[in-house]
Amino acid sequence: MEKKTASMKKKQRTGNIIAYAVLIVISLIWLFPFFGLIMQSFRSYNPAVEYGGMVDYIIPKTFSLDNYRFLFSGETNFLIWYKNTLIIAVFVSIGQTIFILCVSYALSRMRFKGRTLLMRFWLVLGMFPGFLTMICLYFLLKQFGLTQAGAVPGLILISVASSGMGYYVCKGYFDTLPVALDEAARIDGASRSRIFFTLTIPLSKPIIIYTALVAFMAPWCDYVFASYVAFGHDKSYNVAVALQRWIWTNDYQGYFTRFCAGGILIAVPVTILFLFLQKYYVEGVTGGAVKG
Amino acid sequence: MKRFFASLFRDIGDIFVSFADGDGRTRLSYLIFGYGQLRRGQLVKGLSYLACELAFIWYMIAFGWKYLSKFSTLGTVETTKQHRVTVYGDNSFLILLFGLLTIILIGIFILAWRMNIRENRREELLLRAGKTLPSNRKVLGSLLDENFDKTLLALPVLGVFIFTVLPILFMICVAFTNYDKSHQSPTNLFTWVGLANFKEILSFGQSDFSSTFLVVLAWTLVWAFFATFLDYFLGMAVAILINKKGIRFKKLWRTILVITIAVPQFVSLLYVYKMFTNDGLVNGYLLKWGLISSPIPFWTNPMLARITIIVVNIWIGIPYMMLIATGLLMNIPEELYESARMDGATAGQMFRHITLPYMLFVTGPFLLTQFTGNLNNFNVIYLLTKGQPQSMNMVGNAGQTDLLVTWLYKMTVTETNYKMAAVIGIMVFIVTAVISLAVYNMLPSVRDEGGFQ
Repeated sequence: MEKKTASMKKKQRTGNIIAYAVLIVISLIWLFPFFGLIMQSFRSYNPAVEYGGMVDYIIPKTFSLDNYRFLFSGETNFLIWYKNTLIIAVFVSIGQTIFILCVSYALSRMRFKGRTLLMRFWLVLGMFPGFLTMICLYFLLKQFGLTQAGAVPGLILISVASSGMGYYVCKGYFDTLPVALDEAARIDGASRSRIFFTLTIPLSKPIIIYTALVAFMAPWCDYVFASYVAFGHDKSYNVAVALQRWIWTNDYQGYFTRFCAGGILIAVPVTILFLFLQKYYVEGVTGGAVKG
Repeated sequence: MKRFFASLFRDIGDIFVSFADGDGRTRLSYLIFGYGQLRRGQLVKGLSYLACELAFIWYMIAFGWKYLSKFSTLGTVETTKQHRVTVYGDNSFLILLFGLLTIILIGIFILAWRMNIRENRREELLLRAGKTLPSNRKVLGSLLDENFDKTLLALPVLGVFIFTVLPILFMICVAFTNYDKSHQSPTNLFTWVGLANFKEILSFGQSDFSSTFLVVLAWTLVWAFFATFLDYFLGMAVAILINKKGIRFKKLWRTILVITIAVPQFVSLLYVYKMFTNDGLVNGYLLKWGLISSPIPFWTNPMLARITIIVVNIWIGIPYMMLIATGLLMNIPEELYESARMDGATAGQMFRHITLPYMLFVTGPFLLTQFTGNLNNFNVIYLLTKGQPQSMNMVGNAGQTDLLVTWLYKMTVTETNYKMAAVIGIMVFIVTAVISLAVYNMLPSVRDEGGFQ
């Protein structure tokens, strides 16, 4: 018996060593691009030393803050792009959270005529690709003067207006809250709206944070629609639209390290925020996956 | 379907009964919305119905009719130049959009009319039975109580209607027109062409469009398959590895992977794209170490580009799947593994007979949404390759790694071929809907969904 446990322990130890090795390799692969990004962003831009384009080595020969200085110098509208994206992200986050909470509560707690019809209809609508409607949306926004110069409020409007359709995860969460609580409150004479504001919302902190977080993250990558709505108006670009030109357009040869620096300035705050709220994100994602 | 018609007939019958049986107030309400309610002291309801009718009449006179009357032709008056001044004719785009809106509003108007009649009938019967009607205060108050759903849903439903339903209907209509580069409003008219666009794309190799469509569709399906299932199984494997007994710093490993989700994709993916270019890091080091003599064409060789995209997508997908699997794996009862171990099962057998069936059962719907999500995974493709490498055999600016959605995007933005973009959009919808319906009904967890609640 003793012999057996000893051999098992040995087996387990070798198993663990292999597992650690695999995990370390995985970690290196996953972190490598970010490591590269950071290194490139500190490369000197001075042509006498190195240049800002692509190179085939990862550790810069000289470290400098040239690229960051360039971004803050006002030579480009980087700070405006950053501000635009931040504004969009904050407002979209608030607006979408409110919309989704309203829809989820109504669909989860109230039974009304046309409820299943509405849910089915929205499910079918969700199967149409989002970009299909781009020209029509562009035109609608143009009617309100919300393109080019007004692209920032326009993008907020578009992102918030249709967000009610993304109620699935939040409704799933509401479904798990005991209905008995609601019923008890109703017997005590509380109205539906009172229950919503004083009972349901305080209980839903995790899902509210999840919804707000997901909504906050999305505008940082919004390239497609943002580039279409803000077309040709540099001052209303968001970071994704503005910076990707530095990678794809040949006029910006040598802007590669500047792109990396800009990327770091965007990624660091967003990543820190995300890691702080990671717990809620995991909860939301897992809950959403199980309930579909 | 049968039930729908039955209730429709009952409804129509009800309209006649309400009229024949109703008093003067109810009868006049057939013409003047809310008249009956106002006379019975129901100010809130009466005024809202009346406002509804007046707004509709105003809309029809001011805009609606003008556009609706041209809806069948989408405009006949060409824009012309007279003495160097452009005289604008009909604008097909506006006619189509507002024509559609008008048709929908007419539908809503009829619905409001029907509700107005039903309301009158209800009030009349209540009064006849000797009961009193609720006060105006109470009617308004109910919007925060038993009718709270209407308050909550009003704005979201309106938003979805204006910014999703209307545009989608508009684009569906565009698929039946010749709206493209040479028929751009307001300078040119476009008009209905029936099924011509669909014939072009579905003629199976007869036209350039249909052959490109088949290639793109095939790659879209292959991509979605690999992107979904590779990520699914590898993500699960990583989760099992981290969950393994005796592995320490579990949180650290997870956090390292999760950073990929946190960093905005346009930063990380554009960097990864640059890593694999001919003059990028990967080729640079491989050349320096003498492992290859010329750069590997990761993005320029069609086959290699496709493989690279799928591999890079694993880098994106594993952390996400790992998070989900971690939560679910902990839910599997430990006793199952214990008893399996007693019976001398190996790790592989336990995975095949316990872990995998459980995971597949629980994550069935999730897998489906992942698959349809990947069919439309714009960001990964567009940020990595923009659909390139280009091919001479394909039309509409399509490249070898283009998905249907990225092709649709190019069709709209660079080609301004709106009619074909609309057709592709409808095709994407059909593919998504067919796969969803077929798979959804086969899922075991769907059949006893009620068990959870």
